[in-house]
Amino acid sequence: MKLAALTTALMGAAIGLIFFFAPTDADQGFSQRIFYFHVPIALTSYACFGWGAWKALRYLRTRDERADLESYVAIHQGVIFGALTLITGSLWAKASWGVWWTWSEDQLVLFLVLFLFYCAYFMLRFSVEAGVQRASMSAVYALFGVVLIPVSFLAIRLSKKFIHPVVFTSHGPQMTHSQFFVFCVSWAAMLALFATLYRVELAGKRIDGHLRELRELLS
Amino acid sequence: MTQGVPSEWQYVAGAYLVVFVTVLAWVAIIAAKLQRLQRQLADLVEKARERG
Repeated sequence: MKLAALTTALMGAAIGLIFFFAPTDADQGFSQRIFYFHVPIALTSYACFGWGAWKALRYLRTRDERADLESYVAIHQGVIFGALTLITGSLWAKASWGVWWTWSEDQLVLFLVLFLFYCAYFMLRFSVEAGVQRASMSAVYALFGVVLIPVSFLAIRLSKKFIHPVVFTSHGPQMTHSQFFVFCVSWAAMLALFATLYRVELAGKRIDGHLRELRELLS
Repeated sequence: MTQGVPSEWQYVAGAYLVVFVTVLAWVAIIAAKLQRLQRQLADLVEKARERG
C-alpha cells in the first residue's frame, strides 16, 4: 500500500515536472518531452529482464520454486515495459524523424530483438508442463536473454551512423541540470511502478497457487 | 489531424496516453483477478464448512 502511494506520488510529480518545469528542448522542441517517459521505461524494462535473470540464476542454484515464479513475473513485467518502449519510441520517431520505424538503426533493431526474445520466453514456458523441467528451461532461457541487454544498451554507442539521440555519453548526461532532474524523477517513478506491479502480480500468483493446493486437498 | 493543434503535441499526448491506458488496463485485469480469487476462496471456505 505504501509502495502504491509512493508510485502514485512519484508519477504525479514526474508528469507535473515534465509539462510545467522541464524546459522545451531547443533542438527537438515539444516532442522531446516523450524522452522523459520513453527512456525511463526502456531502462526499467532492462531492469525487469535483469531482475528476472537474477531470479533465474537463484532458481538454478537453489531449485526454489519461488525464485522461478519471481523470474517469470519480472520477465512478464519486462515485456510490458518493452512494448511501451517500442510504442513511445515509435511515436517519438514519427514526431522527430517523420517515420514510425527505421531498420537502419542498430539500437531500435536490437531492442526489438530483445523484446521478441523475451516474448518467445512465454511460448517456451507454456509449451512445457509445470514442474522442474519447465522451471529449469525457463531459467536457462532467461539467463541467455540477459546477454542481449548490454549489447542493446551499447549498440548506440558502437554505431557509427545514427540518428537516434545519444544522451548518456562518457562525458555524462548531455542535458541541462533541470532536464536531468526531471529525468531522474521519471525514472524513479517507473522503477516504483515496476516494483508495485511486480509485487501485486506476484501476490496474485501466489494466492492462486495456494488456492489450487487447497482445492486439491479438499476434493 | 485536429485543426490548430501542432502535430508534435498530438504525438506527445499519444505517448503519455498509451502509458496511462496500459497501466489502467493492467489495474483492471488485476482487479478482475482479485474478484475471481475472492469467489474461489469463498467457495473453498463453504466446502470446508460443509465438511465440518
